[in-house]
Amino acid sequence: MSILINKNTRVMTQGMTGKVGQFHTTHCKAYANGANCFVAGVTPGKAGQSYEGIPIYNSVQDAKKQTGATVSVIYVPPGYAAAAIDEAVEADLDLVICITEGIPVHDMLKTRYKMQGKRTILIGPNCPGLITPDEIKIGIMPGHIHKKGRIGVVSRSGTLTYEAVGQLSALGMGQSSCVGIGGDPINGTKHIDVMKLFNDDPDTDAVIMVGEIGGSDEEECARWIKGNMKKPVVGFIAGVTAPEGKRMGHAGAIISGGQGGANDKLAVMEECGIHITRNPAEMGRVMQKVLKG
Amino acid sequence: MKIHEYQGKELLRQFGVPTPRGVACFSVDEAVSAAKQLGGNVWVVKAQIHAGGRGKGGGVKVAKSPDQVREYANQILGMQLVTHQTGPGGQKVRRLLIEEGAQIVKEYYVGMVIDRSKQRVVLMASSEGGMDIEEVAAHTPEKIHKIWIDPVAGLTDAESDDVARKIGIPEVALAEARACLQGLYRTFVEKDAMLAEINPLVLTADNHVRALDAKFNFDSNALYRRPEIVAMRDLDEEDPAEVEASKFDLSYISLDGDIGCLVNGAGLAMATMDIIKLYGGSPANFLDVGGGASKEKVTEAFKLMLKNPKLKAILVNIFGGIMKCDVIAEGVVAAAREVHLSVPLVVRLEGTNVELGKKILAESGLPIISGNDMADAAQKVVAAAASKTTKGK
Repeated sequence: MSILINKNTRVMTQGMTGKVGQFHTTHCKAYANGANCFVAGVTPGKAGQSYEGIPIYNSVQDAKKQTGATVSVIYVPPGYAAAAIDEAVEADLDLVICITEGIPVHDMLKTRYKMQGKRTILIGPNCPGLITPDEIKIGIMPGHIHKKGRIGVVSRSGTLTYEAVGQLSALGMGQSSCVGIGGDPINGTKHIDVMKLFNDDPDTDAVIMVGEIGGSDEEECARWIKGNMKKPVVGFIAGVTAPEGKRMGHAGAIISGGQGGANDKLAVMEECGIHITRNPAEMGRVMQKVLKG
Repeated sequence: MKIHEYQGKELLRQFGVPTPRGVACFSVDEAVSAAKQLGGNVWVVKAQIHAGGRGKGGGVKVAKSPDQVREYANQILGMQLVTHQTGPGGQKVRRLLIEEGAQIVKEYYVGMVIDRSKQRVVLMASSEGGMDIEEVAAHTPEKIHKIWIDPVAGLTDAESDDVARKIGIPEVALAEARACLQGLYRTFVEKDAMLAEINPLVLTADNHVRALDAKFNFDSNALYRRPEIVAMRDLDEEDPAEVEASKFDLSYISLDGDIGCLVNGAGLAMATMDIIKLYGGSPANFLDVGGGASKEKVTEAFKLMLKNPKLKAILVNIFGGIMKCDVIAEGVVAAAREVHLSVPLVVRLEGTNVELGKKILAESGLPIISGNDMADAAQKVVAAAASKTTKGK
């Protein structure tokens, strides 16, 4: 078991014929069961072609019908990415993972509005994707740093997630699934949604939650954890040293109007029983300590 | 991306929001002739800088004659205007807005932002005009009225009138208030804004509603489709280091400390700043080189950091994912050679081909200090910066 994806997941890639799409499709296909998982690509006007033996279809609907793929990963350029999400939602897929960074926020507002009442789950945008080690990798993370195991990881960041995973693996703690939910202000799945899935997953024993400045998603998740979570959670928030009003790389990483600061988030998380660390080099060791009791 | 008040008002007028008549000026003579051209007997001389709080800092003056316009324009143009948003150094005033005076009866606040948790544009309105909305929110939150706007229906007449009444706009002025609120919403959506404020929105003695100020911040991810907004960019108002960085697709923010950081990924870059602080140092900048830390990018990043006279040491923290550590190490070595690095350099590499990367650094003959992990690297760079301080004395 794992959350959201496993070795039996069948994936189509929207934007597979672009340079980025091709590069990552090659790596995802080479990881674990990837050769069986990545079954279709979608590029309008290129039906009939293929990339590394993966057939390309004109639309998400066609790809779904022909291959049975129910999950999509998106590498489409920012100006077209929201429309690509819309298409996947319209085709009633189970899960859409949007890697694309730089989608205009008003496009995402419209897309999220259209998603109301639909069952499709969106991860991202502006995220590294997700991985269930030794089974399937959907996204741009380096597969080899992961190790199969029982710790869940959820994060708004890319390389900081790798940092957490690297520490866990080095200490011999493998991962059940790792989910990058993305650094944009308007996104799909949030910390709390992933936390609920980990809570219900019999193969996850504990979770590392990595957040950053901006918004209040970490606080909402922390309050839910306090009342509902049956498993220990280790937490870190990046941006204690970030100045107010400056966008720190990620579009969503900004402290505005005194809201979204790292210290406030850490205080709420601690109060809700999360094992917080202020040292990003200690995430793995704190988890080790927590599990030893 | 921010713009000036006069540019914001131009945009608002395009969407039917009534504003006082005004002219943007770059010299004292222009200011005087603008006043004459506008006519009347009261003018407002307003400093145009991106930071707020201009009035309190002496950047806004009411003139009763063209001579007074000249006097105030002379005072304000070229001054270092210090407000609570500029920092202690202030911001040099290079542009003025000369505007017709208005007889103000009442001031209101109207603003729009994107509500992240509700995933809607939210209109905020208050009877407490002219004040910082954060202040109002902290002390009298009941005076802020909010409407979460449906993206398909837009801001409806009924919603607009309702909120206008709540903040105390009289019945006779509701139609004009509607033009202001709906015009603001259309500007917000059609120009890809992230934040918009009219503070104050005023009621005049003859019952007209006017936008007396305009503040906008636009989504930089949408600028590719908004050339008219890009044309309004004023580089004088931005940090030169940040402008330079953006040319090379580097995400850079200047900070107060003395340890430069070069990192791949925004989250890891913030965490690197945090860990430097945790070990007693102080970061000089946020710098995300992105996924492809090529030699060219690393070189430009080094040059940028070295322009900072306070810089005492540099920490490179790279988690090589798809990007291989040996390639990054070669880039770091080549860049360090090219810029003749004058401060200690600590490099921490992790990820794909890490051993090969470390070997390249070790065999480069350059005095590169290797960090085994993030904590080790941070401690080493803090120590290096501290010893440079001691030697310097």
